[in-house]
Amino acid sequence: MNLSLPRAGQASDRPASPFPPLGMRRAMWLVLIALVAAAFVASLALGAVRIPPEEVLRALVGGRTSKDTWQTIVLTFRLPKAITALLAGAALGAAGLQMQTLFRNPLADPFVLGISSGASLGVALMVLGGAAVSAGVFGRTAFLGEFGLVTAAALGAGAIFVVVLTIARRVQSVVTLLVLGLMIGYLTGAAVSLLIYFSIPEQVAAYVNWTFGSFGGVTWQQMRVFAPASLIGLAMALVGVKPLNALLLGENYARSLGVNVRAARWWVTASASLLAGAVTAFCGPIGFLGVAVPHLCRALFATHDHRVLMPAVILLGAALALIFDLIAQMPGARLTLPINVVTAAFGAPIVLWVILRRQRFARV
Amino acid sequence: MNRFWSRHNQRPEQARLPGAAPDRAAGPPAALRAHHLSTGYRQGKRTRVVHRDLNLRLRRGALTALLGPNGAGKSTLLRTLAGLQPPLAGEVWLDGRPLHALSAHELARHLAVVLTDRVDVGYMSAYALAALGRYPYTSWDGRLSAADEAIVQEAMRAARCESLAARAAAELSDGERQRVMLARALAQQTPIILLDEPTAFLDLPRRIEIMHLLRDLAHDTGKAFLISTHDLELALRLADELWLMAADGTFAVGTPEEVRRRGDLLRVFADAGEEVHRYLRALGCSGG
Repeated sequence: MNLSLPRAGQASDRPASPFPPLGMRRAMWLVLIALVAAAFVASLALGAVRIPPEEVLRALVGGRTSKDTWQTIVLTFRLPKAITALLAGAALGAAGLQMQTLFRNPLADPFVLGISSGASLGVALMVLGGAAVSAGVFGRTAFLGEFGLVTAAALGAGAIFVVVLTIARRVQSVVTLLVLGLMIGYLTGAAVSLLIYFSIPEQVAAYVNWTFGSFGGVTWQQMRVFAPASLIGLAMALVGVKPLNALLLGENYARSLGVNVRAARWWVTASASLLAGAVTAFCGPIGFLGVAVPHLCRALFATHDHRVLMPAVILLGAALALIFDLIAQMPGARLTLPINVVTAAFGAPIVLWVILRRQRFARV
Repeated sequence: MNRFWSRHNQRPEQARLPGAAPDRAAGPPAALRAHHLSTGYRQGKRTRVVHRDLNLRLRRGALTALLGPNGAGKSTLLRTLAGLQPPLAGEVWLDGRPLHALSAHELARHLAVVLTDRVDVGYMSAYALAALGRYPYTSWDGRLSAADEAIVQEAMRAARCESLAARAAAELSDGERQRVMLARALAQQTPIILLDEPTAFLDLPRRIEIMHLLRDLAHDTGKAFLISTHDLELALRLADELWLMAADGTFAVGTPEEVRRRGDLLRVFADAGEEVHRYLRALGCSGG
């Protein structure tokens, strides 16, 4: 059935189309990709020891560097760290975008709605509770240990997310959901406190260290779990962009457009909890990237189209995580800041700016 | 009142003639047919029936207006006809197929809706918002072909909102947004479009414009338009057919002329005061 209207066929005489392009701007993509590449190379070159970029490249392609230690530094320490930051930033950006759309809440991210708290509880149960496995959590571990860790964090994150979603289906208000996430945070916080209370100082120190967040703790061996987990989550996020656009209109409209809302919700749930769970398990609960990056991308690309936003948050999230990690290392100084200090210091003003800007779009 | 809590779980009736649509009345086949339809809500073992045993035919190429006081169940009926909530009993037929047998994807190609739900789409352009109507036709990545874009642009012209295309959807006025949402529904290329209170929140000129637009679209495109509305006067003037829903569960169908002559509106608003009845008589309703 077609629209048979008397005014049909006039489109060609129009000098300038009133319809804006729906797709993406190529220049913006090149800028983002270049930014990620530059940040990636910089994070390999900069640090306590400065290595010239050409030496970094030589080490990467397997050639001999001027100093043998440089090769070790690049390949053993900086490369896994840079890849971790890249994947974690991409994962947090993607998961944040999914949450914000699913909950139709501009402030949603894994952290805000308690999913990272769930992951934290899972890890706390492992580190503080499960003495048998905890010995192998931080470095020098068996594959099974890492698998257990990511499973614990993903299970914790997934369980909390299912709880949030179940309750979210009953309530309509955004505020209720935020309060819900806050309460889940308190509850898991209480459980973690209880675990800490009964734990030995070494375990507590290990757990607290984990909560500071770090991209540097992932070894090549752990990467074998972290990289596939986050890449699968990212692939799921990219494949699942179409229903997100329809979900922007709310579930009723989405259903009327042919979205199987339950399936779409499940897909997003699975993808986001895998991403948030993997990142939280291996890097700790990294805040603010998840909420700030989607807002930044919406502002940069001036769109809500997830076909543009999803790749954009993945790229910008990766770039920002690399840059924040560089700042955290404070090149030249011997001191290294916890990554969460840097993400909060830079992320909080961004979120604040977005909220203040949003006033313009406030409902009447 | 026809709304009551019933302990009985009413099962949806099965089709009496498998594969065949019950067609009682003569004339061109209806775009949508409700057959012994009961609407309402089911919560656990409790069932709240809003309407029972409705038999309705939605005409093609016509604007049908669903009228009735608040709480009579207009939205419930619209949601049931749109497949957004299951019927308690009976069936809805679309193009000779029962609605419950259609997948969400197939349904989206048969029936589009414009709801009263708030849409909060931020930076999205009005054009991109209307383009969401192509959702049932795009592949997994949602990319629009040139043909899809042409259809969306045509729909925006038809809904007379092409000049809004580049505007941010969040900055549109209620009337403008209503047109863009209508363009989105048109772009869905369905033979049926349901609109829940499309004139709510609009000022008088905008209400008149939208109603005229809907009627013209119905006549020009041959689509079936069903709207729920409180605009009695506009509906009496512009609709081709009226569905009247009273708070006591009675249901009447007719052209505006028939409805005026029979005084159906006076019955629908029987509970209302004398002022209302005087107003309805001034609109040309007799009887009562």
